[in-house]
Amino acid sequence: MKADPRGVKTGAHYLDGDHACAEGALAAGCRFFAGYPITPSTEVAERIASRFPLVGGVFIQMEDELASIAAVLGGSWGGKKSMTVTSGPGFSLMMENIGLGVMTETPCVVVNVQRGGPSTGLPTLPGQQDMMQARWGSHGDYEIIAIVPNSPQECFDLTIQAFNLSEKYRVPVLVMMDECVGHMTEKVVIPPAEEIEVFNRKLYDGPKDQYLPYEVDNTNGRVPLMAHAGDGYRFHVTGLTHDEKGYPVMNAEVQQECVSRLIDKINKNTDDIIQYEEEQITNADVVVVTYGISSRVSMRAIRLAREQGLNVGLFRLITAWPFPEKRIKQIAKKVKAFVMVELNLGQMVYELERCIAGKAKVKLAPHAGGWVHNPTDILKIIKEAAK
Amino acid sequence: MRTEIRFSGFGGQGIILSGILAGKAAALFDNKHATMTQSFGPEARGSACSAQLVVSDEPVLYPYLSQPEILVSMSQDACEKFLPELAKAGTLLVDEDLVKLSSVKRTIKKFAIPATRFAEELGNRILGNLVMLGFFSAVTEIVSPESFKKAIPGSVPERFLELNLKAFEKGYDYGAETKIKTPNKQKTKIKTDTVLTEPI
Repeated sequence: MKADPRGVKTGAHYLDGDHACAEGALAAGCRFFAGYPITPSTEVAERIASRFPLVGGVFIQMEDELASIAAVLGGSWGGKKSMTVTSGPGFSLMMENIGLGVMTETPCVVVNVQRGGPSTGLPTLPGQQDMMQARWGSHGDYEIIAIVPNSPQECFDLTIQAFNLSEKYRVPVLVMMDECVGHMTEKVVIPPAEEIEVFNRKLYDGPKDQYLPYEVDNTNGRVPLMAHAGDGYRFHVTGLTHDEKGYPVMNAEVQQECVSRLIDKINKNTDDIIQYEEEQITNADVVVVTYGISSRVSMRAIRLAREQGLNVGLFRLITAWPFPEKRIKQIAKKVKAFVMVELNLGQMVYELERCIAGKAKVKLAPHAGGWVHNPTDILKIIKEAAK
Repeated sequence: MRTEIRFSGFGGQGIILSGILAGKAAALFDNKHATMTQSFGPEARGSACSAQLVVSDEPVLYPYLSQPEILVSMSQDACEKFLPELAKAGTLLVDEDLVKLSSVKRTIKKFAIPATRFAEELGNRILGNLVMLGFFSAVTEIVSPESFKKAIPGSVPERFLELNLKAFEKGYDYGAETKIKTPNKQKTKIKTDTVLTEPI
């Protein structure tokens, strides 16, 4: 499918990451937004609010973040591509219903423009401290998709991709921006609508009396076909463990089937979902693993290291979750050490260590947030790792 | 080559817009890379406020300023706050009616314009930032005047477009004259050897 040209502002723009994210949502076909303003994500909501009336979208400012995510799930079942946007404190409030979105297999996008935490922390300054919360924040076993842009251009491109993945796999997709990328203004090129690939959820169109909302259709991976409220199909959506009819069945067998499929539909499609960027990995002694704004600062440090004769490669996570385990394991066989650069005191580094399983050294370049790393500090850690 | 620029003044003077216009002109019409960041927080409302711009021939990796080569100041407060970080051989541009310079290192190249007064003569002091941008373009040559003129439409209210362009030209002409008049063969174009010493 191609994008609806009404939502696509084709041309070269000078936009900050927040506004670029809003344009990405519009281009992807998002037509329902519910949110509650919070720095540094408010500009996304502002832009959506001013652009939605021109494309026939509905924007609601809710009373809080709990209501926002609940409305987004409803909007999605009502038939619209739906999104909300927040930052750390609001992300915490959304956790319960993100889990409901996972359990009910509701396509939607949640953008988190990360600031320094915990609690209200640093509202106007960057952090990357919600990365583990993105993976594990809601209760129960599940898999989720989280992607991390490192420039305003990627805020546009990856928001479209977030919608496409959420529509395809029927799962909430998290766009984990940070204050620096969100508030940074750069050139953003928006292609013509006919060059933007858009995926729309697959809908059931069979006989009305035979619709089973959670029946797994093998032609569509492990993802059931959806029906929208008002389309004339009778169905039930619940957070309780359910069988293919969508009604609660609370026993171990159905739980096993239901939860396994939620996990499998992501885990068995990682080749389709996961994206990363590599630079000079072959022959590298040290590989720097990083994401978001930290990746740009790391690239500067890597250049300094190469000038000093070190063989340093870059592995940038574009998809943080699911983690690119397979590729990291391959690289781990060949390199001496990994350095994880992130704006927190150690989060994704644990996942990296788990995948490497002692096959290579792992060092963390920590930062408590509030600013970005100084490239020379990263350089120092790269040098230690190379020893 | 990477150049770090800080536009500063007080909230309400259009300082952030100055950063956006310079970045937009450089990134969209001069085919350079330009990353703008701005100070967020209580200081952006009323007192000293600033927009930071990095212009480079290569993609900008480190988005913040480490040691600006150019400081544009439209208020005394902002000038005093940001002058200490200006590079030794940096360039300082001020609104001469709003900033009184007392102790500025000799190595720093100084350029002054009554930007707000010119804007008032054109009919509205709100145009002071555009006068200053014209002056900035002429004096530093980092961003071309042609690109500025392409960047301004769409970023200012349509009905004031002509007035904004006029204000820009006023500043540009004054800057071009100032450069000619500047004595002692002061080199106005930023030298490459003064930059690239800090993180990119």
